[in-house]
Amino acid sequence: MESQGHDALACSEVFELLSDYLDGSLAPEDCERVRRHIHDCAPCVEFLESLRQSVSLCREYGSIERPAPLSPDVRERLMELYRRATHQE
Amino acid sequence: MDRQQEIDLARAVLGGDTAAFDQFVELYRTKIFQYSYLMCGQREDAEEVSQDTLLKVFENLNQLREPERMKAWVFRIAKNACLMKRRRSIFAPKYELSLEDLMPPGEWHDGERRLEIADWKNLPDAEYLAREMSGALRKAIAELPEIYRSVVLLRDLEEMTTEEAAEILDLSIDAVKTRLHRGRLAIRKKLDDYLRTAERV
Repeated sequence: MESQGHDALACSEVFELLSDYLDGSLAPEDCERVRRHIHDCAPCVEFLESLRQSVSLCREYGSIERPAPLSPDVRERLMELYRRATHQE
Repeated sequence: MDRQQEIDLARAVLGGDTAAFDQFVELYRTKIFQYSYLMCGQREDAEEVSQDTLLKVFENLNQLREPERMKAWVFRIAKNACLMKRRRSIFAPKYELSLEDLMPPGEWHDGERRLEIADWKNLPDAEYLAREMSGALRKAIAELPEIYRSVVLLRDLEEMTTEEAAEILDLSIDAVKTRLHRGRLAIRKKLDDYLRTAERV
């Protein structure tokens, strides 16, 4: 439900702030305004949950695609550069 | 491997610990490959980017002092290597995403009504679902316009901070936040479409 009052946020304004809200990166007063709005707004609660789940899925995403095994030549070249950079030769 | 373990590994490598070398190479080879595969869209490009990035990392390793900065430094090199390959990218939509288009239809102004979206409240846990939906998720990420995809990959897949992503991509903090939000909304929308189709089936 759209909150009433001069500092109340509309759904569309809340919609813009949801990533920052999820990341905990809103200023305390904005965070409180979002919290007040979603407390009374079923569609925003529902949408927030879908966004939160979607972000969790991205965090859990582990590609099954792997690079081809490292060739011994390349490993040797990398090791040579590494020894040089760390003054081991 | 969590953030602290990554920093400890970077510290060991910077300190000349050759025992840490192979673990470091494998970790970043895989990370850079997966990032660049989603950025460039081609396996062979991603293989080249991960190899070229590591060569550059070890060539310039003595420029880096702080282990805390290792991951962002490596990814910045990888991002530049990806840009060199962009001409061959199959994913190049250049359009911008508007918030309006990403807002699902439904009764936003009636707090009692449901939106026209999937039932996200009763899904299996994220780890299981991420495996089940790996193909749909990959497609949703790959189809994002590049300016959003690069931010989502660093912030949500690699779980870097906003500041790190801004440094890697030469963007302001506000630009990273704006693009992340739009990118997340676009992925949510695609996954929502996928789940609703699955529900219907």
